[in-house]
Amino acid sequence: MAAPKGIAGRALGNRSLMVGVILLLLIIVLAVLAPWIAPYDPNDQDVVASLGAPNAEHWFGTDFFGRDVLSRVIWGARVSLFVGAVSTAISMLVGGSIGILSGYVGGRFDQAVMAVMDVLLSFPQLIMGLIIVALLGANLADLILAIAITAVPPFARVARGPTLSLKERDFVEAGRALGFSNLRIMLVHILPNVLDDLIVMGSLWLATAIRTEASLSFIGLGLPPPTATWGSIIREGFENLLDAPWLAVFPSLAVLLVMLALNMIGDGLRDATDPKAAVS
Amino acid sequence: MSNVVPLKTPPALAVKDLTTGLRIRGAWHEAVRGVSFEVFPRETLALVGESGCGKSLTAMSIMGLLPAKIGKVLSGSVTIDGREMVGLPERDLEGLRGNLVSMIFQEPMTSLNPVLPVGFQIAETLRRHRGLDGAAARAEVLRLMNRVQIPASARRIDDYPHQFSGGMRQRVMIAMAVACRPKVLLADEPTTALDVTIQAQVLNLIAELQAEDGMAVLFITHNLGVVASIAQRVVVMYGGDVVETAPVDDFFQRPSHPYSAALLKSVPRADRRPDSLEPIPGQVPTLLQMPAGCRFQSRCSQVMDTCAERPRLLPTAGRADHQMRCWLGRPEGGC
Repeated sequence: MAAPKGIAGRALGNRSLMVGVILLLLIIVLAVLAPWIAPYDPNDQDVVASLGAPNAEHWFGTDFFGRDVLSRVIWGARVSLFVGAVSTAISMLVGGSIGILSGYVGGRFDQAVMAVMDVLLSFPQLIMGLIIVALLGANLADLILAIAITAVPPFARVARGPTLSLKERDFVEAGRALGFSNLRIMLVHILPNVLDDLIVMGSLWLATAIRTEASLSFIGLGLPPPTATWGSIIREGFENLLDAPWLAVFPSLAVLLVMLALNMIGDGLRDATDPKAAVS
Repeated sequence: MSNVVPLKTPPALAVKDLTTGLRIRGAWHEAVRGVSFEVFPRETLALVGESGCGKSLTAMSIMGLLPAKIGKVLSGSVTIDGREMVGLPERDLEGLRGNLVSMIFQEPMTSLNPVLPVGFQIAETLRRHRGLDGAAARAEVLRLMNRVQIPASARRIDDYPHQFSGGMRQRVMIAMAVACRPKVLLADEPTTALDVTIQAQVLNLIAELQAEDGMAVLFITHNLGVVASIAQRVVVMYGGDVVETAPVDDFFQRPSHPYSAALLKSVPRADRRPDSLEPIPGQVPTLLQMPAGCRFQSRCSQVMDTCAERPRLLPTAGRADHQMRCWLGRPEGGC
């Protein structure tokens, strides 16, 4: 097992990771500072400027209602990133807990839990999100929950695997000989060993969560208008794709950029935490 | 270290008629059969035997750490500092482990969590049993690290296990085990994985801690050299049976049970030619193949007809404290 210091060193030296982090930070800063940075109010309509091509006043052009696309993309980043981050955090916590518990307890309990996870996993992620949103409704909390639930099984799998071997390790036996409870062993001794994998998975899954939000919004199951999210902007732009391609292209580029950043981070983190992958 | 234990001191650890079963293919087999011994404060009792003789299983029974479903104490009692351990609920056992009774293991390389700093791991015992946290725990950890003679403890407290050598890691393990000043320390081959020179250091450390705290030590080993240097009394196990128990000097002078005698002959010694080594033929039978009666009969050079019946553990060599389980040297038919 590599030293955390070594990991930090490798992480700093990993170009893909660093580029990804800088890109993501930039996007987060833009999203956070949206009220100050966005040139216009994202919901201000200007019928005269309907479907305007990109120009000096409106860098990304305007949509059917004459709203500034740049402003909407910047504001949309807030919702999309927030939904992605919170849902990923929830699924990491819930999925990680289920996986560690299931692997640690083992036996029939493990088999039953993993069977449920496999059933959930067998649905394509978007279909799963679709069903849940249809059941729950489409407000912010339910949307986050829907996306979080779809990601629980993969996190549970990632946490369970290493737990199965970790619980047989001598330090777990030694911990039991020192009077540690099962809960303490799971939280203090197994979790830190699984955390690497969960974080790598989380960074990759964040991209998927953002894409899922965009997809759900695109098919009209996201947050109701006029809330700007990347998915809803793309959908609105899709209706005028031939007349005003910039409406869909710019928010799509934003999604692409975030996914690129997160994948670079995920790959970089994996290389940095896995000594065997770091050779190249 | 003194061999003299005042008569009135109650034993720190008393194991009485302990029988531990292992479940193999649905049936329970006695892997430890009616084992009894006592360890007094400041005393070191060596539990000796080959792999598979039941010595580690005895330790696990004492700790209440038998693997669920396939191992359980079938009968007998284990008392530590007067408290009965057998049948205690898991929650109560957890409160006693690491506190009243601790254990150190063979492999210091794998007995520490690789992703946590050693200081944190030592503090874990203190947090669990003494509610210490933060600066108080850190101060106590430093004191413990000094106590187990880890050099530059203040600098090394936040280092990770892989930054320590095997001997130093075993010291960390010992620090964790003695953090709450247990009355009984079980040492399951704690020096087997170490270099010989480091072995001596670790043995001395355990002896020093024992002298300071008055711990009773149950030292599990198959190394008879270690037994001679640290133990006051010896219990030899074979196939789950105690076959001989004796004060350490008497044991080495007059090993009475054929197994003990054979064991001593099979140990290489610095003052003997290697060609005089006599291995014990064969290996310990598995639980499924154990012969009825004396369990050593399948490998014993002096096997007789009576061995089909299980001998009792009785005084031998004219001493009450030197006992063995063998028909040899008994008047015919009597005992």
